[in-house]
Amino acid sequence: MSVTRRAAIHAFGLAAPAIAHAQAEAIRIGEINSYTSQPAFLAPYRNAWALALDEVNAAGGIHGRRLETIFRDDAGRPEDAVRHAGELISNERVHLLAGGFLSNVGLALGDFANQNRRLFVASEPLTDALVWARGNPFTFRLRPSTYMQCAMLVEEAAKLPARRWATVAPNYEYGQSAVRWFKELLTRAVPGTSFVAEQFPALGRIDAGATVQALAGANPEAIFNVTFGADLTNFVRQGSTRGLFERRRVVSMLTGEPEYLDPLGDEAPENWIVSGYPAADINNPHHSRFRAAYTARFREAPKLGSVVAYDTVTAITTMLKAAGSTGTDAMVQTMRGLKFPTAFGENEVEFRAIDHQSTLGAYIGRTALRGNRGVMVDWRYADGRAYLPSDEVVRTLRPQG
Amino acid sequence: MSLLRVEGLHKSFGGVKAVQGVSLAVAAGELLALIGPNGAGKSTCFNMLNGQIRPDAGRVTLAGQDITGLAPRAIWRLGVGRTFQITATFASLSVLENVQMALLSHQRRLMRLWAPLSAEDPTPALALLERLGMAEQAARPCGVLAYGDLKRVELAIALANNPRLLLMDEPTAGMAPAERVALMALTARIARESGIAVLFTEHDMDVVFTHADRLLVLDRGRMLAEGSPEDVRANPAVREVYLGHEGRH
Amino acid sequence: MTQILVQSLSGLASAASLFLVAAGLTVIFGVTRIVNFAHGSLYMLGAYIAYSLVTWLPRGHFPFWGGVLAAALAVGLIGVVVEVLVLRRIYKAPELFQLLATFGVVLVVQDVALAVWGAQDLLGPRAPGLRGAVDVMGERFPLYDLVLIAIGGAILLLLWLLFQRSRFGVLVRAATADREMLGALGVNQRRLFTGVFFLGSALAGLAGALQLPRESVNLHMDMAIISEAFVVVVVGGLGSLPGAALAALLIGQMQAFGIVLFPRITLVLVFLVMAVVLVLRPYGLMGRANAAAIVLPPEPPLRALSPKGRAVALAALLLAIALPPFLGDYALVVLSELAIAVLFAASLHFIMGPGGMASFGHAAYFGAGAYAAALLVKHFAAPMELGLLAAPFAAGLLGLVFGWFCVRLSGVYAAMLTLAFAQIAWSTAFQWVEVTGGDNGILGVWPSAWAVPKLAYAYLSLALCLGGALLLRRAIFAPLGYAMRAQRDSPLRAEAIGIDAFRVRWLAFAIAAGFAGLAGAVFAFGKGSVFPTAMAIPRSVDALLMVLLGGVQTVMGPLIGALAYTGLHEQLLRVTQFWRAALGAIIIGLVLFFPRGLAGMGPRA
Repeated sequence: MSVTRRAAIHAFGLAAPAIAHAQAEAIRIGEINSYTSQPAFLAPYRNAWALALDEVNAAGGIHGRRLETIFRDDAGRPEDAVRHAGELISNERVHLLAGGFLSNVGLALGDFANQNRRLFVASEPLTDALVWARGNPFTFRLRPSTYMQCAMLVEEAAKLPARRWATVAPNYEYGQSAVRWFKELLTRAVPGTSFVAEQFPALGRIDAGATVQALAGANPEAIFNVTFGADLTNFVRQGSTRGLFERRRVVSMLTGEPEYLDPLGDEAPENWIVSGYPAADINNPHHSRFRAAYTARFREAPKLGSVVAYDTVTAITTMLKAAGSTGTDAMVQTMRGLKFPTAFGENEVEFRAIDHQSTLGAYIGRTALRGNRGVMVDWRYADGRAYLPSDEVVRTLRPQG
Repeated sequence: MSLLRVEGLHKSFGGVKAVQGVSLAVAAGELLALIGPNGAGKSTCFNMLNGQIRPDAGRVTLAGQDITGLAPRAIWRLGVGRTFQITATFASLSVLENVQMALLSHQRRLMRLWAPLSAEDPTPALALLERLGMAEQAARPCGVLAYGDLKRVELAIALANNPRLLLMDEPTAGMAPAERVALMALTARIARESGIAVLFTEHDMDVVFTHADRLLVLDRGRMLAEGSPEDVRANPAVREVYLGHEGRH
Repeated sequence: MTQILVQSLSGLASAASLFLVAAGLTVIFGVTRIVNFAHGSLYMLGAYIAYSLVTWLPRGHFPFWGGVLAAALAVGLIGVVVEVLVLRRIYKAPELFQLLATFGVVLVVQDVALAVWGAQDLLGPRAPGLRGAVDVMGERFPLYDLVLIAIGGAILLLLWLLFQRSRFGVLVRAATADREMLGALGVNQRRLFTGVFFLGSALAGLAGALQLPRESVNLHMDMAIISEAFVVVVVGGLGSLPGAALAALLIGQMQAFGIVLFPRITLVLVFLVMAVVLVLRPYGLMGRANAAAIVLPPEPPLRALSPKGRAVALAALLLAIALPPFLGDYALVVLSELAIAVLFAASLHFIMGPGGMASFGHAAYFGAGAYAAALLVKHFAAPMELGLLAAPFAAGLLGLVFGWFCVRLSGVYAAMLTLAFAQIAWSTAFQWVEVTGGDNGILGVWPSAWAVPKLAYAYLSLALCLGGALLLRRAIFAPLGYAMRAQRDSPLRAEAIGIDAFRVRWLAFAIAAGFAGLAGAVFAFGKGSVFPTAMAIPRSVDALLMVLLGGVQTVMGPLIGALAYTGLHEQLLRVTQFWRAALGAIIIGLVLFFPRGLAGMGPRA
């Protein structure tokens, strides 16, 4: 129905200039993100998005058509995101949707895309549900999921002698899933592992002293941490003052990302096993070029969000060039199995046809102090492809196909 | 036979014995004034009759029915109307609506959601207001009325459930002297016409001695004297304890 | 044993932080009766300013503590500026109206802090000499936390001395106990209020500054602290300083030990404590009844619209009915959302205006309706029609249950109990993953085929929401509506003519909940999904803002407020990155120019 009315608007001439210049008409991406509620993560994201877009257009755009983006702020509310999606499609006539940082925003947009038969390229949201339990034909996700990041860390955790584990995670879906996967995968890898304490502080409102004390009280041999941002800072401060991390290994999700490591300054914890992005130390030519371009323009090093944004634009550009059309069906067909380069400069990434998850990976390493700030050392790139379940398992996780 | 009968009321707050062994009776059509200096226990006594305070001991019966300790609204349902020392009306409702609320509550039709109040027949409420000389002001909000007029509206509200007993706490407080006499004369007339028993407290001795059929004098929680205005006026103990204080009020 | 001791010390440290924030809030409320939403923003500013000062000054004891104190004083001055420029002009406005202005301040401060200090979390230096830990029976406890406990105790003592020994303190206590008396004493009320604002704001600033060695400074600090600060103030008893201290201790310890026993309780613990305390003690631990009562000027009577107003309203209604076929898809979506906002605001206004009961947790019923519809669709494959039908009953039922507790309380206590229940409902939706999907929500709640076209759904929304609002309006002018106003105007008189105020309020609460639930269900099918955000605090705040903006004491108020607020929000969110500052500034402006609400701007005001 909505398609017919849009056609009607075109027919009545409201969109006449666009039709007249059909060949030169820009391709428009509607990008929705939680800019005001998550500025620390999304400012570097938006910077890199602009960088990528300018590079694409400077290189002649998509078969001569400019690539444009219209940004919207969802303020962290899925209902606002859905309203923006409607507005972007019917008023701004965008050809596809992208974005999402919070998992519930990503899911709401994914469901909207499915209902309205539009392509949605989810960049940031981590929830497994986005491509598995609630995956749909129109939604693709770039960043390695909660499951994948857990699997990467479990591989390292399994090498530790520790058998008694404690977990601390923010009390929402991401934290809960991370703990669930970690426990399941680690118990499978190391039979005899026990989990002696679980803490679920409210997101952004950790009572760090009490939480640290409660973990210490259980006397675990190792700790799996999922807190991030302000919660992580407070947790680290209380933990190091109270000696929680002494003689204990910590395995920690995302802590190696500059977004979370940089604010810790010289109080960054040492020798934690983390997933992240050692931006300053990846010196392959492709990444060096990206880092140089980003640093030259924004006067700071890129963060993980910058890579996510850059790769999202790269993926969309690659898809548009290959699809040769902005019809949703053609774009979706091209997205399935699409291969594109990542700013990491590592292996080519693929949007898997089976579940629409990209095979983008993450860096796994240890934290260390260099000068007065935390860095990742002994890192390696964990290709996402290696940390996804087998196809049979994926088919059970995504029964709808 | 007495309509209201009170036997041996007691009430203490902490260590203070506010009311000690007050008994009284009021007959239909009779006006009984409860008087006494400040702190004599008038208000406490009054509030035990109207249900706002539960007595420690004693019994209150209305036409033979025990009403001790009932909630104010239950006592109202048994036919007891009240006015307050500081008038209590619904400021954002018009005079007419104030009276209509009492009428609707009496008919138990208050919880209705559909038919607007404005569709209600105003005649019964207007008749009440007419009786009190407030019909012309029926449409004005209570929030803007003069104090004397508010007292009349209160009386109209108190009369809405055809009460057998009126409890009036300082009915003329805050009014000009001429208005006081007029209001109490009106009250007395209505009480006699309709056979309503009236129990009131009052500071103004002119009002008391002009309109009360009988007086009950309290002092420090105890009954000091009881009887006709003449008897009380002549009672030396009352002159000593009460009238000696009058200048202070 | 050692564990218990150290854990209770941790609890004491949190209690000290909580007390410092709550002390300022409770003093401000006690004297001015302002529900100061911006208190969390002042706390955040304290932390940011202290960060700037302490990192700019050389390292050392004196610069550190000097910086902390200077930050507190600076925030005290900011509080004075807010009081003098904004709040002073609206003390006479209806109950809770000042809340709108303080919310405007919250929005402005968020964008100002972002512009000044940037988006990234800032980690301040530790307090010099206090970086380490002390040995408590073999367990390490941070030295700074011990100092914090001491500072909390010292501030309590100082405030107590101030209130007992100084003239200012005597006035503050007098004003808290009985505001009328203050006028009688011939006190310069303006100076007193400004002084109290300075003190309260400086305490908030100090609390924020003292967090520097413990926590990172970030843009979420304001919202993270404000609800807990209110909980402490209310649990302690509004305006009661010892009460705030006691409540902070209680909550600090409950938190410290609660998470050991039930790690997942963190989301809702403080609200559970508040609900239990308020049910058992309706005025908090140490509060008194009169501190909650707010003396109001007599309300103007509620009147049906004048013939002219009626004509305007009818024209607007006809326009709303005639316009949709000519609108684009997005405009139709916005139209649906406006209709939903109108019903949601009207349902809150129903209990707030005529009923005289504020609710800070109205989103619970909106969300209950949305979830009821979504759960029927998801678990029972029910059609949309059934979901829309069932939602108001489900929400109404929840309103009956929660209302039974809430309507016994009055004023801000009642409002905070509604908030506590709303948070309990929210955390249920958030944590009961098997049924509600947790924060990942319920997807695929799309309308029946006939209502899928945006035009059809816009008409459906208009019919249900405007129909609902009209029904509520009818109830306001029916005997029940008058009974609600009667018990609001004079509880004494209402009781004396046999009005059971509890039953009236309870029924009104359930009706309001039911209509909020209908709005929620229309919202759910419009969005296609339901998330816990549907019953989160921001949605309750939205409803409150719409009602206050429109004006509480007019029937058209919620309608106008909903249109203005939703419209502004939608427009600003699209056109500017700084939509929060813009929205906040507009709200403050409206508050100053229309202190009876937008609908009150007519000749009557």
